[in-house]
Formats: sequence, structure tokens, C-alpha cells
Amino acid sequence: MAERSFAKEVQLLKLGQGEELHGEGILAVTKALLQSGVAYIGGYQGSPISHLIDVFADAEEILQALGVHFEQSANEAAAAAMLAASINYPLRGAVAWKSTVGTNVASDALANIASAGVKGGVLIIVGEDYGEGASIMQERSHAFAMKSQLWLLDPKPHLDDIAHMVEQGFALSEASSTPVMLQMRVRACHVHGVLKTKDNVPPAFTLSEALDAPQRQVDRIILPPYNYQHEREKIEQRWPAATTFIRENRLNQFINADKGDLGIIVMGGLFNTLNRAMEHAGCSDIYGNTGIPLYVMQVVYPLVDEEIIAFCRDRRAILLVEEGQPDFIEQSIHTLLRRRDIQTPLHGKDMFSMAGEYTCELMEKGIRVFLEKYQPDAITRKPIARPAGIDDTAIAALVPQRPSGLCTGCPERPFFPALKLIEKEFGRLQVSMDIGCHSFATAAPFNIGNTIIGYGLGPASASAHMVPHQKRAVSIMGDGGFWHNGLTTGIGNAVENEHDGIIVVIDNGYSAATGGQWIPSSKADAKRRQYRVSIVEALSGAGVKWIRKVRSYHIDESLDALREAMTTRHKGPKLIVVDGECQLNRQRRIKPQIKERLKQKKRYVRERFGVDEDTCTGDHSCIRLSGCPSLTIRENPDPLRQDPVATVVNSCVGCGVCGEVAHAAVLCPSFYRADIIYHPSLFDKMAAAIRNTLISLLQNSRERRREKYSF
Amino acid sequence: MAALNEQEEAIKIAVLAMGGQGGAVLCNWIIQTAERCHCYAQSTSVPGVAQRTGATIYYIEIFPHSNRNDSKPMLALMPVPGRVDMVVAGELVESGRAILRGLVTPERTTTIVSTHRDYAIAEKSSPGDGRIDSDQLLEQAEKHSKVLIGFDMARLAEENDSVISSVLLGSIAAAGVLPFEKTAFEAVITDSGIAVEANLKGFNAGYRQARQHDFKEEGLEKTDRPKANNTQVTTLLARVDSSYPSECRTIVVHALRKLLDYQDLPYAQDYLAHLDTVLTRDTAEKGYRLTTTVARYLALWMSYEDSIRIADLKTRSSRFARVRKEVQSDDDQILRIHDYLHPRPEEICDTLPAALGSWCLKNRFCRRVLGHFCKNGKKITTTRLSGFLLLYSLAGLRRFRRMTLRHKVEMTALRQWLVTIDTVAMDNYALAVEVAECQRLVKGYGETHKRGMNNFNTLMQMVDKLCADNNAADTIRELREAALADETGGEWQQQSNNTS
Repeated sequence: MAERSFAKEVQLLKLGQGEELHGEGILAVTKALLQSGVAYIGGYQGSPISHLIDVFADAEEILQALGVHFEQSANEAAAAAMLAASINYPLRGAVAWKSTVGTNVASDALANIASAGVKGGVLIIVGEDYGEGASIMQERSHAFAMKSQLWLLDPKPHLDDIAHMVEQGFALSEASSTPVMLQMRVRACHVHGVLKTKDNVPPAFTLSEALDAPQRQVDRIILPPYNYQHEREKIEQRWPAATTFIRENRLNQFINADKGDLGIIVMGGLFNTLNRAMEHAGCSDIYGNTGIPLYVMQVVYPLVDEEIIAFCRDRRAILLVEEGQPDFIEQSIHTLLRRRDIQTPLHGKDMFSMAGEYTCELMEKGIRVFLEKYQPDAITRKPIARPAGIDDTAIAALVPQRPSGLCTGCPERPFFPALKLIEKEFGRLQVSMDIGCHSFATAAPFNIGNTIIGYGLGPASASAHMVPHQKRAVSIMGDGGFWHNGLTTGIGNAVENEHDGIIVVIDNGYSAATGGQWIPSSKADAKRRQYRVSIVEALSGAGVKWIRKVRSYHIDESLDALREAMTTRHKGPKLIVVDGECQLNRQRRIKPQIKERLKQKKRYVRERFGVDEDTCTGDHSCIRLSGCPSLTIRENPDPLRQDPVATVVNSCVGCGVCGEVAHAAVLCPSFYRADIIYHPSLFDKMAAAIRNTLISLLQNSRERRREKYSF
Repeated sequence: MAALNEQEEAIKIAVLAMGGQGGAVLCNWIIQTAERCHCYAQSTSVPGVAQRTGATIYYIEIFPHSNRNDSKPMLALMPVPGRVDMVVAGELVESGRAILRGLVTPERTTTIVSTHRDYAIAEKSSPGDGRIDSDQLLEQAEKHSKVLIGFDMARLAEENDSVISSVLLGSIAAAGVLPFEKTAFEAVITDSGIAVEANLKGFNAGYRQARQHDFKEEGLEKTDRPKANNTQVTTLLARVDSSYPSECRTIVVHALRKLLDYQDLPYAQDYLAHLDTVLTRDTAEKGYRLTTTVARYLALWMSYEDSIRIADLKTRSSRFARVRKEVQSDDDQILRIHDYLHPRPEEICDTLPAALGSWCLKNRFCRRVLGHFCKNGKKITTTRLSGFLLLYSLAGLRRFRRMTLRHKVEMTALRQWLVTIDTVAMDNYALAVEVAECQRLVKGYGETHKRGMNNFNTLMQMVDKLCADNNAADTIRELREAALADETGGEWQQQSNNTS
């Protein structure tokens, strides 16, 4: 169960020969996998490829009909290890994850599979979280391709090209016994376009056939002496086989190679942006009729030496458009030209920039520099200067940042006010954070947490701080991170080393930050899941002795647990499990139920919080401690007061954290909870009638006095 | 060089939407309208972690089907500064963000913006008023755009029981940047089969409003003062009219209304008596700044929030009605209100007669008993008889308020403040105004109130020392602003130490 339902998109996967699929890039990948006769699929979610995993999770029926096995892997290492099935059998397999974080986790398994080589085609789809909007450190997947010898595809960002490269990727993998990576940039994952579809193909060789007649090739096991043999195979057989396949199937493209004596080499994924930049400089048009020859590399590793030599030789100069650093491709081409003694100058990072996303603006500048130097008359359009008179600083002061924060009603939120209140008692704390929604607590208004080191690595990253001290170090990890690897890396490590610190596991029932996918401890009902593991039991199983489970919305419980953990004499890790269901998922789960109840005219109580505008004095302590998106401000209705008052908007789901915070921090008496009773019972109505009559009577007497003096 | 088609260019649209505004739906509508009208259309977005409370930028390119051998256009995936035809912003600050990114240019860009505000966390969490100046931003947006269509689309959507995305689509249709008929947009909404009626209503409302071209909203309304019911009140108001200059009158009248509501007629008369003294120190050439300022803060101080006041406000019928409206409850539904109250021993003692109150505060046994009672917050159901009666009787203590400990403490400090203003005003008018403004520091309840009061006292002590200094007014203003902006007080304490 993910944040979005893909029931509609799943239907698109059924489209057959000659039909049109209107959808996102990532859906084209999904469809192309089924058109390629894939036998098994695995992966771990994360932007920008979460949708791929979610679509497959919702497509059980189609996958079953085709005989395709799908797994939502526990982490990227599990997904990569799954590819071992293609070493001995002609099974096509595909896995997907967010890169480079996922590739880091998977790299052990990937290296071994790449060494053994594959019989069935293997495709690793990596969602490159690079450039604007990225949530991770900025690195290149390219390095993994080089070190383990995996081929790296970078398709042009059109749905047809993407699908074509998926299909060709499997064939390339089989032709060269090498796993193939296909990288998808964020914008390409989300690009909406049209794909001409083909029929889905059931796997030629099935998983049952493999189990019926298991095969064993001893030379595919990565132990000596075969590992030495694998290294030779990579260079002597697989590499040449790959370059031959790439050339014969024209995976890389030459465009207008006869139009002059300059040349531009571009990674496939950057093709559209490059063409637009050239359009702006006046050396191409919207149809891609470039005035300068292009070599578009849809395979960025390995380089096809013959193609590059053919393109570079006899040209006056070459411009390479390679995004990201280090400049692996540029270095390789330089080496190649040097070795063949070709004197054509090669430009690249010197004319663009070493680091950062290659935006259209940046590319246009680089192209202009290149053409100014070698062929000024090719520039036929002037650059657009930024409009004069823009006072950026004046506008910047008017445009506040919107850092990512926790959602309305988020069960992770209430823990952070508790931690802030504990800091008031014990002083500032060393807090090691993890990957997950709770990472956003590092931003305003909580500003908690010193480091984020990786998914499930929160507790381990606090290891050095886990020494006896009157202020114990705190580490925080979500349940997503816990199951991703935190149970071993974090908890196992803390138990073995008797860490004297506090570890907090926030249990919201889903891998929430990636879109709300299932994890072993998910509690909500689902058809397919028989295991619902308790995190507390898992912790005891791992040997933790001191465990407190608190209900997240009850801030006082968190406060008590933290206080106790801070002062207890217990040696060894102090575990606090903060329990509360992810509100996004909860709302999606209960909304249809509520709707049904209301439709049947059954009694239903809706809860909502509010702030009394006339008792609120507008100091906004509540906002600083709660940070809820539904708790905001508005104009003060009192003409004497100038500061805006706090207010709760209607998106409130009634989680009660603002009220709890006001209580726990002794803030102010302005918060109220309103229960709105729909379809009240007869008893409700009678009791209300009696109460209201008496209350109105009393209210009216005071009303009359005030009336007397009012004007 | 080959002949290149300079003029053939895609229509470029950037959509900046907040989470939950239906940005993806809006883009789908635009794409579908374009495809229906025989255009190539491509959209993409960079959501990243923006799904959690941030803003997402969607980018759309639209290009008519070509006559040239069915050549397909190469559409790009990111907006380029200076080359965007239409910017659609679901919220005012997001249009500012588009300007900062260079996407809005006077030669080219039509900006469609909903002028409502969804406050950013920095604006919300400021201890004072951290909001940016909306008018200034709108002015900038107008200056940078070729055409600006801006009005409160969130409100229009709400008024039409619709969603903001449909109002935005209506404005886009009206803007005329896209070469599509209004009916094409409507057909797409209808064909989607989802919430068709509501979406069409929002769409048409947006379309109409955007076509009106008069986007400036009405200025503040002039209010005529209604007649008072009570002759003594009438006399009081007449006195304001006769002895106060017009600059101060509005605020004094607001103040009297508040104090009559807070306590009683003599209390309001006291207020005016205090203010009369201040007025004697003031002159027309200073614009009566001192009187106006004191008029505001004196009223706020005199209506300090004690438990009697809270109980009074919580039990009013007007409050019950307001809550019902705020939580959008119909009259046939039953409403229960639970109030979150957390009195400390101090608040309880404050409400006692002064002597008893201060004895209780000092007595260890008393404090312990009260401390135990106050350990946890109380949730009182004000719509239930027991809860209502408790608060109602507490509110009834209003007539004994002048005897309470809190009143004594507040009035002592207040008189001291007035004396300081009076003394300072003789030689340093500007400083006196700043001293008056310092009351703004005192607000909130419990710890917040205590911290504010401490800050206030620190400043007051400084006033005595600074009095002779020429820059005293500026120093006090800077320190006050620092204290208001800094909750923990670390930075401003340092500043004030440096000064003293």
C-alpha cells in the first residue's frame, strides 16, 4: 500500500501492439520490462523511482498472468542479490532503486554478480537523484559502472527512446554476459509523453524450469581461481562483445555528421536540453535540425572507441557535454585521443562547469564560448539578458524559504517537542539522525539533529558518542531505516558494544518518506501479508533489555521515557519505540470508511482543533514547538493588537499535538478541541437540548450586562 | 549554416504549486486540452521531497502539430530564465520565487497568481509579526510581468465549493496565452468524470474574475461608530471627541470598547484619566504619536489576561458560535468544546485577594499542594454543565478583580511605566514613544509572559541610564526588536549587556 494508488496506471500496462500509452517516463520503463519478457523484478523505493515499485506492487494480477515474480526487496542489497538468478539460468531480471544511495547499499552484491557474469539479461534501473530537488549527496552512478564493469545506459528523455533502451539493454546484457544499468534522471522519470506500445511477452524461460532442473557452473562462483578468470573474461570477451553489440545496433547516434568540421558529444539524457540551448544560440531548431554534428551517447559506459575516433578525427574541435563529476568520460576520451595520436582539441568541463546540474542556461553559455572560439558565424541569436532593473535582494527578502516539514497530523512530530522540552531540563543534546520523514526535524522549527549519515545508520553513526556521560547521546531512526538495515547495523552493534546511549525508533507503520510502502512491522490489514512483526519483539530478539514503548501523540509519555532513559542506571542501549500510524496513510485508510458511515447516516464524531482568537496574544510559541502545517497565522481581529494570531485551518485532522504541546509546555489557554457529532443519537440530542438551555440562560444574563455598555 | 526556423517556438508554461493544491491535476488538464487541440504537449516536474509541505515546479511545453513532414518537436524539460510565456503560481510568494528564478519577464510573461498567503514557517514562527509585505510583493510581480492576473483564488474556490486548481485553470483560459477555446478546457474537465460540477463551477468563476481586469481589491471599509446604549458611555465618548485630536480618536474608542467589555465603566474612566496626563505632554507638531502609542498599549496592559478574563471569554455565547463556524459544523450537528487549560500555582494565587495570594505563593506547604494540583494540564469540556459552571463562576469573579494579587502587581508596574513615560517625555519625546512601545514585549501566558516581563524590566532599567543619550530612542528600539525576534533571548541579552 503506497501513498498513491496506481490502479489506473496498471491498466496501461495491459496495452498491446500499436496502442498508445500516455504517461510518465517511469511508466514507460515499467511497460518496456514486460515487453522484454522479464521473469523477475525487485527493487527498493525512493524518489524518483518509487512509482516503478508502487506500480508493480499494484499490478499483481498482470504479473501473475505473465508469470513474472515481483518482490519489494528489504533493501537495495537484497534487490541486487536477487539478480544472482540470472547467473546460471537464461532468466531476464530487473531491479530498481534510487541512486547513488541505493547503488552504495547494493554495491557488494553488484560487484560479485558483475564478476560472475550473467546468462540471462540483467537490467538495473537507477533513478538518478541529481540536480534540482535532489535529497541526497550529489554523486555519479558512473563510478560503479566503471569499477565493477557494468554497462551504463543513458537514454534520450522520450518515452519511445527509454522503452527502446530497456529492451536493447537486456539484449546487450545477454550478448556480453554483463549486467546493464539504465539511468533515469528526475525530470525524465516524471516526463509526461506518449509511448507506442507492444504486446507483453511472458518469460521465455521460467522460474519453475530453473527449480525443476537446477544448474551449477562451478566457474561462475567468485572464489579462486575463477575470480581471476572473471577479470580476464571481462576485458577479453565481455567488453569487445559489448562494443560490437552497441555498434551493430546503433545504440549511439550520429546526427548531421556531415554538417561541418566541429562536433558535440552529448550524454543521451541531456539531449533535449542541449538542443534547446543550441536553439537559443541559433544553431538548431525545435525539430532538432542542428547546424553542428552531434554524437549522442545512449551508452555512456563503455565508450565505443571506433565511434569516437571516427567522430573526432578530422574535426577542428569537439565539445563534450558531460554532467557531474569527476569527468570520467572526458578523461577517457582524452586518453583515447592521445593513444591514437589524434590532435583534435576536446573541450568540456572547461567551458561548462565541473560541478552541478547542467541547466539549459549553463549549456547555452558553454556552447557560445565554444562557437565564439571556433565558428562565430554559427551563433545567429543573441543571448537574452536578465531583465534590467530587477532588484533581486529586494525580492529575495519578500520570498521566504519553504523547507520540507512534517505533514499535518504526523505522528513523528510530537516526539520532537518532547525532545526540545527534555533539552530544557538536561541541556543541549548530541542527536544523530537518520533518513526518513523525521530528517525534516533538522529544519525549522525544531532544528534538532547533528548528522545524517545514511538509511538505517542513525544509531551506528552515534557509536563514538555512546560512552558514559551524564548527558547521554541520542540517535533516531525510523521504522523504514530499522528494517532497511538498522536492526543489524544499529541495534546489533549497540547491543554487542553495550552502548550507553538512547536509541529512538519511530514506528509509523510504513516506509513513509518513500511513499508509504509496507515493511515487516506494518500493522494495517492487507490481503497478502501474513507477518506483522512487532518492533519491540524484534528488539528483544536482538538482545535489547531496556525498551519503552510510548504512544507518539501523548507527549508526556515520550517525556517520561526520555527522562528515565537519561537517568537510568541500566548499562547498554536504552530503546524508546515511538508508536503512531503515518497520518497520510491513515487518512487514506479511514476516509472511505468515514464516508460510508456518513452515507448510512450513522453517528460519527469528527475531531478538530482550534485556537481562540481573543485569548491568543500572538507570540507563536505553539507554532515554534509544533510546526504543524495546519497551525498557521492570520490577521489579529483585535484592532489594538498588531501581531497576527495563531489559527488552525480546516486541513486539521484532529491529532491533538498542538493542544498536547500547549499543555506540556504550559503555553497558553487558547487551544480547544471541538467534537462535531454527525447524525447524533436521540440521547445526544436530548442531553444537548437540556445543557444548551441552561447554558444559554446563564450566557444571556451576562450578555445583557455587556450589552448595556456596548456601542 | 542551414536555414533555421527562428520563429517556431513552443509555448512555455511554469506552474508553481504548493503541496495539496492539485498542481499535477492542473498540468494534466492543460496537457489534455493541448492534445485535444492537436498540439504536442509535454510536462515534467521535480517533486523531490517537496511532497512534504514544499512547493513543486511543473514545466509544460506545448507545440502545434507541424505541417512539415510530420517532424516531431524536441521539447525541453526545464524552464529557462527569460523564456517563459506563462507563470502560474498557486500562492503569492511562489510568484516571487518565479521572479527570483528569472522566469518572469516584462517582455514575455503573463503571470497568473492567487494572491492569498500560505505562510512559510519563518513567518509563522516569529514571536512578533514575521509576515512579508504582500502588497510590496504583488507590486514587484506586476512590475516584472507583461500581464498580471492576480486575485484571491483560494477564497473564490471556497466560495464556489470548488478547488483552487480549477480556478487557476479558468484564469489560464481567460488569459489568452494558450490558443485554445474556453470550451476545450471545459470539455477536458467534463471528460475526466471526476467532480465535474464543482470543477466547472470553479473554472467559470476563475474565468469570469480573470476577465474583469480589475484585480485591485477594495480598500478598508469606513466604519461609522454606532450609538451607545448607555448615557454614561455616551458622555465618555463625547469626552473623547471633544478633548482628543482626531489622530488618536479611533484607537481610544477601540480601547474604551475593550475595557468596558473587560471590566466596567469606572475602569474605562480610569483609562481615560491616565491618558489625559499623557495628552498634556503631547503636541500636534509631533503628530500625537505618544498619545496614540500609549492609548494602544495602556489599553492592552489594563486588559491583562488573568484567569478571570480567560474564563469569561471561553464561556461567551459568541465564542460558541464562532467555534461552530470555524470548525464548519452545521447547526443540526452537536458540538462539544474541550478547552486545554494548564494553570500554574501562580495563576491560582493571582486570582486570590492580594494578601492571601502573596502569602500562598510564599508558603511552602501551599505551594506544594497547588503544585500537585497543577502538575498536569486540565481539559475542561466547556459545553458540558460541570465545565461550564466552573468557568462561569470563575468569570463571575470579575467584580472582585480589583482586589486580586494580579491586579495589584499589574497596576504597580503600569503606574511605574506611566511615570517613566511622563518623566522621559519632557526631554526626549522619541524615547518616550519607544518606552511606550515596549509594552509589546509583555504578552502570552505562563513562562512566555514571565520572559516578556523580564525583558520589559531589563529595558526599563536601561531607560533610566540612557535618558541623557541622544541615540537612546534608537537603542531601545533595536533592543526591543531583538528581544521580539529572539525567543531564547541569548542574542539580545548579549546586546543589552553590551549597551549597559
